Amino acid sequence: MSERLVELEVLRYNPETDSEPRFQRYSVPCQSEWVVLDALNHVKDNLDPTLSYRWSCHMAVCGSCGMMINGEPKLACKAFLRNYEGVIRVEPLAHFPIERDLVTVIDDFVTKLKRVKPYLIPKQDKPVSEGEYRQTPAELKKYKQFTLCINCMLCYAACPEYGLIPKFIGPAAITLAHRYNQDSRDGGRDERQKEIATTEGVWECSFVGACSEVCPEHVDPASALQQVKIKSTVDWYKEHLMPWLNK
Amino acid sequence: MVAKSNKPLIWGIFAAGGTLTAFVTPVLIVLTLLVALGHTPDILTYEGLHGFAAHWLGKLVLFVVIALSLWSAAHRLRITFYDFGVRADTLVAVIVYAVAALGSVAAAVCLFRI
Amino acid sequence: MAEQVTRKPYVREVPRLRWFFRHPRYLRYMAREVTCIFIGAYTLLLLVGIRRLAEGQAAYEGFLQALKGPASVLFHVVALVFALYHTATWFNVTPKALPVQIGEEFLPGRVVAGAHYVVWALLSLAILFLAGVF
Repeated sequence: MSERLVELEVLRYNPETDSEPRFQRYSVPCQSEWVVLDALNHVKDNLDPTLSYRWSCHMAVCGSCGMMINGEPKLACKAFLRNYEGVIRVEPLAHFPIERDLVTVIDDFVTKLKRVKPYLIPKQDKPVSEGEYRQTPAELKKYKQFTLCINCMLCYAACPEYGLIPKFIGPAAITLAHRYNQDSRDGGRDERQKEIATTEGVWECSFVGACSEVCPEHVDPASALQQVKIKSTVDWYKEHLMPWLNK
Repeated sequence: MVAKSNKPLIWGIFAAGGTLTAFVTPVLIVLTLLVALGHTPDILTYEGLHGFAAHWLGKLVLFVVIALSLWSAAHRLRITFYDFGVRADTLVAVIVYAVAALGSVAAAVCLFRI
Repeated sequence: MAEQVTRKPYVREVPRLRWFFRHPRYLRYMAREVTCIFIGAYTLLLLVGIRRLAEGQAAYEGFLQALKGPASVLFHVVALVFALYHTATWFNVTPKALPVQIGEEFLPGRVVAGAHYVVWALLSLAILFLAGVF
């Protein structure tokens, strides 16, 4: 329960007055158990109300507070001050345009998420009167891990291919497509393949694996993307070498 | 169907070649390293290797090892060029795959002559 | 009542050549990727060997002679290090790409990867034996 004076170096950007971002230093008296988000909240409440940033749940389930902390994509609510020494550099999430201060423009991700149709597309329409979909524990396990994504976009900040190739659909979107493809209740794989089996889909991935390393929910998007590659490759060979299998 | 990529063709070969090289390239390097150190293994003497390559199975093994290794190295090299900031992907692809193709053809021709 | 805010999003450029120095994980990735240069070069060496083999005994024995010497040993050692790094990185990620579900649970990654290492070791020993090394 002790106090500690923490130096934050925060990237500021005001679109109305600045031509480019600049760093601003804050000295923040912190409790030892605080996270970076607590320090930012202290700045906003007591030192500089103009500081802008996204946050909500403060418990790593909403995915709002993603930012670069000492160059590493992290949730600010999950970055414990006790793990950092010296000046802590706080910047907006990499590979996204800066709207203002620590707030990024996330439209690109949202558009891509919508493109992959991240919802159940049943094989046949089944009215509620016909009862529930039944699913064994084994069937659930096939996609359960990929349901844990909180859309925090840390994986996009970590992925060098997304940084170099902005039209890459990216780890989280493709992982969510895979999550539904693997769901035994779903029949929409063909539709999703049109988006993710493309050059800007899974084939931009070179399996760096950074996405899985930074994911706060242990979704393992890298694994999902490799599984998509293998399934898409099997599809391709079937389509081209055994065309009689096509409907 | 229109937008779907043809990358799977080369990726499938890359995955097969990557697996193959992971399993056999180290031991092959050890074999020729022994030659370099002056302890040529029996299989790499003229009689040994010629005997191996004379058999159709030996030819097939040598061809598959050389061809798959070349194609998977070529594909990874293409990606590496992009990661190193070289943007002319199509040009790089043509060059690296041409080398792999020529190498595979050369291997087949030489093996055929043995 | 609300003021009109001017939007002017700022795009941060990604350094095309220095991005992989940002974190050790990217350096490890680039190290893994450049293994292809050494594996490719070594395969071309094998190709030359096959060519000399097809040209006859004198040519092939010239090839074996040219393989001797410190420069060749150095190349082989460096190539071997990179080839082993490729092997290790490939085996370690295989369970991620090919998860094996038995019943409800998935086989742990280390079991799948471990099996690859065991097969690799046995295969390498078998090849060394068949090659007459021991």
